Amino acid sequence: MFGNLTYLKKYFVRYKSSYLRGILFILISNVATVLVPILIKDSINLIGNNLGTHLILNYALYTVGITLIAGVFQFFIRETIIVASRKIEYDLRQDFWEHIQKLPLRFFQNNSTGNIMSHATNDINAVRSFVGPAVMYSIDNGTLFLMIIPIMISLSPLLTFYVLLPLPFLSYLVYIVMKKVHLKYTRIQEKFSELTEKAQENFSGIRVIKSYVREDYELKEFTKESEEYLKRKMDLVRLQALFHPIFFIIAGFSSIIVIFVGGKMVINGKISLGIIVAFIAYLSMLIWPMISFGFVANLVQQADASMKRLLKFFNEPHEIIDGEQTDYSIENIAGEIEFKNVSFRYNDFLPPVLNNINLKINKGETVAFIGKTGSGKTTLVNLIPRFYDVTEGSVTIDGVDVREIPLKVLRKNIGFVPQETFLFSDTLARNIIYGNGKEDEEVIKYAAQISQLVKDVESFPKGYDTILGERGITLSGGQKQRTSLARALAIDPKILILDDSFSAVDTHTEEEILKRLKEFMKNRTSIIISHRISTVKDSDKIFVLDNGRIVEEGTHDELVELGGIYADLHFKQLLEEELKELN
Amino acid sequence: MTNHRKDDEILGKAYDAKLMKRLLTYVKPYKGYILLAILLNIVVAILPSIRPYLTKIAVDDYIANKNYEGLITISALLLGTLLLQAVVQYFLTYFTELMGQKIIFDIRIQLFRHVEKLALRFFDKTPIGRIVTRVTNDVESLNEMFSSGIVSVFSDVFVIIWIFFFMFTMSWDLSLVTLSVIPILFYATFLFRKKVREAYRDVRHHLARLNSYMQEHITGMNVVQLFAKEEEELKKFSLINRDYKQANIRSVFYYAIFFPFVELLSAISIGLIIWYGGGEVVQNNLTLGVLIAFLQYTEMFWRPVRDLSEKYNILQTAMASSERIFKLLDDNTFVKNPDNPIKLNNVKGEIEFKNVWFAYNPGEYVLKDISFKINTGETTAIVGATGAGKTSIINTLTRFYDIEKGTICIDGIDISKVDKRDLRRYISVVLQDVYLFSGTIKSNISLGNEEISEEQIVNAARTVGAHDFIMKLPAKYNEAVKEKGATLSVGQKQLISFARALAFDPKILILDEATSSIDTETEILIQKAIEKLLRGRTSIVIAHRLSTIQNADKILVMHKGELKEVGTHQELLARKGIYYKLYQLQYKDQEVIKTN
Repeated sequence: MFGNLTYLKKYFVRYKSSYLRGILFILISNVATVLVPILIKDSINLIGNNLGTHLILNYALYTVGITLIAGVFQFFIRETIIVASRKIEYDLRQDFWEHIQKLPLRFFQNNSTGNIMSHATNDINAVRSFVGPAVMYSIDNGTLFLMIIPIMISLSPLLTFYVLLPLPFLSYLVYIVMKKVHLKYTRIQEKFSELTEKAQENFSGIRVIKSYVREDYELKEFTKESEEYLKRKMDLVRLQALFHPIFFIIAGFSSIIVIFVGGKMVINGKISLGIIVAFIAYLSMLIWPMISFGFVANLVQQADASMKRLLKFFNEPHEIIDGEQTDYSIENIAGEIEFKNVSFRYNDFLPPVLNNINLKINKGETVAFIGKTGSGKTTLVNLIPRFYDVTEGSVTIDGVDVREIPLKVLRKNIGFVPQETFLFSDTLARNIIYGNGKEDEEVIKYAAQISQLVKDVESFPKGYDTILGERGITLSGGQKQRTSLARALAIDPKILILDDSFSAVDTHTEEEILKRLKEFMKNRTSIIISHRISTVKDSDKIFVLDNGRIVEEGTHDELVELGGIYADLHFKQLLEEELKELN
Repeated sequence: MTNHRKDDEILGKAYDAKLMKRLLTYVKPYKGYILLAILLNIVVAILPSIRPYLTKIAVDDYIANKNYEGLITISALLLGTLLLQAVVQYFLTYFTELMGQKIIFDIRIQLFRHVEKLALRFFDKTPIGRIVTRVTNDVESLNEMFSSGIVSVFSDVFVIIWIFFFMFTMSWDLSLVTLSVIPILFYATFLFRKKVREAYRDVRHHLARLNSYMQEHITGMNVVQLFAKEEEELKKFSLINRDYKQANIRSVFYYAIFFPFVELLSAISIGLIIWYGGGEVVQNNLTLGVLIAFLQYTEMFWRPVRDLSEKYNILQTAMASSERIFKLLDDNTFVKNPDNPIKLNNVKGEIEFKNVWFAYNPGEYVLKDISFKINTGETTAIVGATGAGKTSIINTLTRFYDIEKGTICIDGIDISKVDKRDLRRYISVVLQDVYLFSGTIKSNISLGNEEISEEQIVNAARTVGAHDFIMKLPAKYNEAVKEKGATLSVGQKQLISFARALAFDPKILILDEATSSIDTETEILIQKAIEKLLRGRTSIVIAHRLSTIQNADKILVMHKGELKEVGTHQELLARKGIYYKLYQLQYKDQEVIKTN
């Protein structure tokens, strides 16, 4: 029924001793707890029969003493089981993160950050509520139940029988109500989704709504939905409101039986008055386990659902990792890249993004890719550091299939500047040195110099120690891209890939950077993707991509001469330049 | 963006008097419910409180005197109180839930109404998902506080009052002895709350760190992987995760101490009852029944204290949610309406921009000193490179944004002196991205406007050429539109949006032509539709089609926020200026499809 939770076995085993101790403490604490009503019973009997009045104080002290013992162990229960649950939460989150980190880019494109976050927080939290409170309460209440019943029987079997008589009805009623509740609950969830969708649509389509002055109408519609939601909610409440009364009617009924049947037994001299008092006390101890049963059941259900969601993530294959084919003797790469009959599609149902690509980039060469949005440029370069693996064909570096190169060796040697810049909210220095790892001032300054960051750094309050992002300063788009470039340069890569990395950098600065990069790129293989002719025109070779195929290749002059797509682009960009110059 | 992200990290102070006060204003309309709830509470509180007292009577008067009939009577009475309590409790739960639901309904509607009135500026800077969460989940999490939270505090108080009442009625001195531990309880609770609050603040701090680490690194996972930093990052993560774990374990400690301590205090009360009460019974100052009743009362008395942590949680969630909700409610990004708006009547559709300046961000003007006039019935095309200011012209004409300087007039009336909704009634805007709502084809054309008859809907669809494909759908005009019209083609969606504009029969039509390429057949349909759409009314088109600019009466050439050239297609081409260049860049390649 709750099969997903069996996954947690290994964690329970890890903290076996904590749980075992916790269970032991529960037993001790419960033994002490169930003794209290007996003490009360005895003292009532003493008082009622006017016997041994000098012992009364002792009984009072016993009561306090025993509760103190129970209390001390209650403390230890939490310190073992609940603490263990926090440790399991830690381990689970740790395992989650380790797993997530290795998942391919594809995973992060299919799952929003918010969704992944909610797995790491809400779902793990729900699981924790199971391994902590739910386990604790069910063992605590279960054993309490099992201890109280024999004691009650030993005090008076007949009275126990009468008192427990209403319990089966309770279970039955709870069962019936629960079943109906589930149905109504689903209806509420449905309406809530509709309500959410309505709000979502309204805010997304706000321009249309405002343009056509439909605000009042939409408000009316939303109100209607909200009213229906309220109605369904109250539908559930009508049923749910029964819960509490049912519980205390049944429990109260038991107490009345104690007084009525028990009273009669006292009158007939079959039991002592103290037993009635003890029974009343035991009943109040039993009510909580009964009520908490539903609470615990709920926790378990939620934990199971959350675990299911988590397992879906845990079962995501790593896809891109080192494997059997990995040749660990490779410790370095030189930088000759070759694509052989490479085709790639994101999944079986989508058309290919790359179609039979063949190209060779020699060590030390600078090549460029140019083409329309969606022509496959980014996908092509993403295959080199194995963000994706090819569907057909192979990508080789120095003649070795990239899938055979240890992933770490491969990536440590590729300086990649992605299209969308991402920087950490850390200092500028630590961002530049991110891939390199060593905080070497020389390296930072060198990388910053090529990236034309030096002037910017001088204007920052704390220079290289300025914190970026939310807690620090906000960089402009161009500054971000240049920092990202510096980060890639700082690892001293054999292969440098710039995926449209100057889109936010102004042309003048770009020229400066390209000039300085020339020196850096000597003896390194460089790949540049750009929309701008000015960025790519000096490359050793230019590939024009269209619809996943290479349609033109050659040097700038050759391609202009050719009069194809590249030449057209060249002409238009010249025009654009002219337009821009105009004021 | 930054601000909003912090919004979600508000995890809530445990209690904030200001927020609470504001939350309580929503209860005001339901004074009747509250009054009823309080009344029912008083009744419902006395019933359980009276039962130990009845037990006392049973013990002292009937069991002790072997009065079997009396025992039956008292049992029946006990049963009576029980059943009555059940009934009253049921209605109490029902009414408080109803009140809670109505209150959150009110808040939700108010919030929705508020958000719909906010200016586009607000939507530009706020992710939609976040606004939706405010209206749905955040409002929802207030429910518990309004329904069970507030009322259960009353019920606890009344139960305690009644318990005191019966205890003191039975025995003053035993009551005082029993309750002598209360000061300790108060002090312990005070101490506990303080410690827990500190511990909780710590937990929250580390949770925020954990969340922002995860948020950041999930977003930038490609960078982590690119630089092969997984191992180092895992180490960093484990440090933060560990801090969070330890903060939690510290807070476990206080709970672990507090609850057993409360139990102990309750045991001390019981011990005191046995010791002092027992002595009194032996000396015949008290009856055994009183002793038994007191034992039950102590049990009842401590229950609310044990529920403390749960209520604390409810309060905390409510505080965090309400803080976020109120922040949104306090957002004042409006386009202001004039106090005494001029009513627009019989609009003819003459538009004039006089020296208009406009900026989205202060100082960064995107429209600079724009002046032009469009006569009634004319079609005007606006052309220009990206960022030239084309969209800003329509945004200011419809008053989605207000201009900084200058005036915009329609039929000579300054539009800033007109109610913006009155203004928009005369203007239809067809946007580049067609937005379809879930509903039917019909409701997407009429947008729920009942003044638009079915006939008008069909006519509009027929005019733009959408009728044929609609009639081929299984349910025709009643065909359901789901997921923003995922089952319809791009061209079909555009035709529907044309029909929508036409159905509202505007005096002024604004069309932002879509650039997306479509097949020739659809292209012909759309060109025809556009022609019919523009015929006989003043229209402004942000043109991407060669056919549209060729047919325009006038072309406005925008460049870097300025109006550079005005004229017809032929005039402007002859001038060999900006338009000439733009034409070569954007329009020349388009094959002219003959529509006739």
